[in-house]
Amino acid sequence: MRPSAVILTLCAALGTGTAGAATDPPQRLVTIGGDVTEIVYALGAGDHVVGADTSSVHPPATAALPKIGYQRQLSAEGVLALRPTLILASDQAGPPAALDQLRAAGVRVDVIPTADSADGAANKIAQVAARLDRAAEGERLIAAMRGALAAAERERAVATSAPRVLFVYARAGSLAVAGRDTGPDAMIRLAGGRNAVAEIEGFKALTSEAVVAAAPDVLLMLSRGVDAAGGAAAIWTQPGLAQTPAGQARRLVVMDDLYLLGFGPRLGDAVRDLGRHLHPEVAAR
Amino acid sequence: MTLLAPAAEPRRGARLPRAVPLAVLAALVPLAVLAALGIGAVPIAPADLLALVAARGGWGTATWADASRQDAVLFAIRLPRALFGALAGATLAGGGAAVQALFRNPLADPALIGTAAGAALGAATAVVALTPAPAWAPDWLRLAALPAAAFLGGLAATAAVYGIANRDGRTAPATLLLAGIAVNALAGAGTGLLAFAANDAQLRSLTFWTLGSLGSVTWQGLGIAAPLLVASLLGLLASARPLNLLLLGEREARHLGIDVERLQRRTVLLMALGVGAAVALSGVIAFVGLVVPHLVRLAGGPDHRVVIPGSMALGAALLVGADVAARTAVAPAELPLGVVTALVGAPFFLFLLRRARVEE
Repeated sequence: MRPSAVILTLCAALGTGTAGAATDPPQRLVTIGGDVTEIVYALGAGDHVVGADTSSVHPPATAALPKIGYQRQLSAEGVLALRPTLILASDQAGPPAALDQLRAAGVRVDVIPTADSADGAANKIAQVAARLDRAAEGERLIAAMRGALAAAERERAVATSAPRVLFVYARAGSLAVAGRDTGPDAMIRLAGGRNAVAEIEGFKALTSEAVVAAAPDVLLMLSRGVDAAGGAAAIWTQPGLAQTPAGQARRLVVMDDLYLLGFGPRLGDAVRDLGRHLHPEVAAR
Repeated sequence: MTLLAPAAEPRRGARLPRAVPLAVLAALVPLAVLAALGIGAVPIAPADLLALVAARGGWGTATWADASRQDAVLFAIRLPRALFGALAGATLAGGGAAVQALFRNPLADPALIGTAAGAALGAATAVVALTPAPAWAPDWLRLAALPAAAFLGGLAATAAVYGIANRDGRTAPATLLLAGIAVNALAGAGTGLLAFAANDAQLRSLTFWTLGSLGSVTWQGLGIAAPLLVASLLGLLASARPLNLLLLGEREARHLGIDVERLQRRTVLLMALGVGAAVALSGVIAFVGLVVPHLVRLAGGPDHRVVIPGSMALGAALLVGADVAARTAVAPAELPLGVVTALVGAPFFLFLLRRARVEE
């Protein structure tokens, strides 16, 4: 056997040896989707993240990351410039051509399925944990999330009300509300509320008259949406909103975007917080 | 009013031979393409660039640590992007020059006769009807649906404008422009309706599409669009001389043996074909078709044997250059290309207008 062949054989043996025992996560991660990024950090792999999309705003350490732009409009070369070895992307990431270009450049791109439910959150955590070889941490995280969710449900068991909740998504010049099959709808039901517009599907622009007809007891909004609309006081000047039971009682619940709709490790806490807002009689005990 | 007077008869004698401005403009294209290949979020030194190209050609090998990543960026991302940018810029600007000549109206551009608005309506239809794509749809269909719908939308809107304005084989330029305005409004209303029906994700895709980007250009897309773009470019180049004669006036052109209706039909069709194919892959890119021909006329005079090829060269160089700016200004993210072209093009155009008013 020639020396070079010996070295090659040795290398191959060492290579399989280390591959079998590999427990280290990939060294350079790019995460796309605020929920995916949050899970990576919760699993303790945050040190390996070298870049994320603009929706990745939690935990605070993500603020220092290079931002690759909005998750639906990625730039393949920009992502490659961060020299990632693994890209973890939520299934919202795109456009497909950019993901194909990244794969063509030889980078592993793993798409994590999302679903707006407790099982969806658990699955998401398990999938990310598996990609990072941190299955045990993933299981602990899922157990903690399910525990917090169960605690929130126990706390809410004494609730005597089931308020009608209207989720309002403010975008420039118009209000959209969330009907069935949306993240806000799932959160409202998990927290023991009723969706005031359960008869519509998805996000829809709603007229002020229909808002009055929906007669919500509570308005639920995202903090960035409230900021964009000009603050909580400005919300009630929107036509129609002041004329609802929620408007007359000035009941507005504002929660952080990613906290309320991330469906990740903080799901149980978010359900508990939303439940306390929706059922003051629970919070008072 | 030299700026807004493409209708002037080509002057002779006083100007430089037309090869001079053309050669200068043509030299800009390879420079812009070279810059597009060398500049970007992933650094590639000029020497490495040469070595990578040589390695692809079979001369030597690229073996340094980063070579495979740089090779992928260069050949999978930057090269198809730069080539498409050059072809699309040439088509938008060349199409703009031809349409301005055809209507003897310096404000005409491909957007004005419905092509861009129709393409936007087609794209909006695909985004709203097909996002998320049905589970049975194969990958190629998901990727091809939007550009195909945009292309068909652009062609259909242009055909509608042309069909409305055409009576007994004669097309009045004024009627064509008015029909273009009406079809633009209709297509805009359709796009607005779809935006209203869209969910949040679809709306965001739609917004990004209307701002333009070369980010989705792949070899596959280039392979489909390039034959259409090249056919359009060659056809428009061949129209330069008859368009010159048309500037003398329709009747005079007829006396000189030009079949004016056929020239109009051919030019509109060639423009819609090329602009439709360009816009289908890149989204709407503002201002190139309007501004570039004016610049070329300023530099090289009103002869369409200079204006059309010159606009193609300058349009190609400008679009490729604007894409470099879009890719690098906020790296690792990317600006929409239409924003860059309008941000640079609109103030410059206003400056030209102001100067023309002063000279008046």
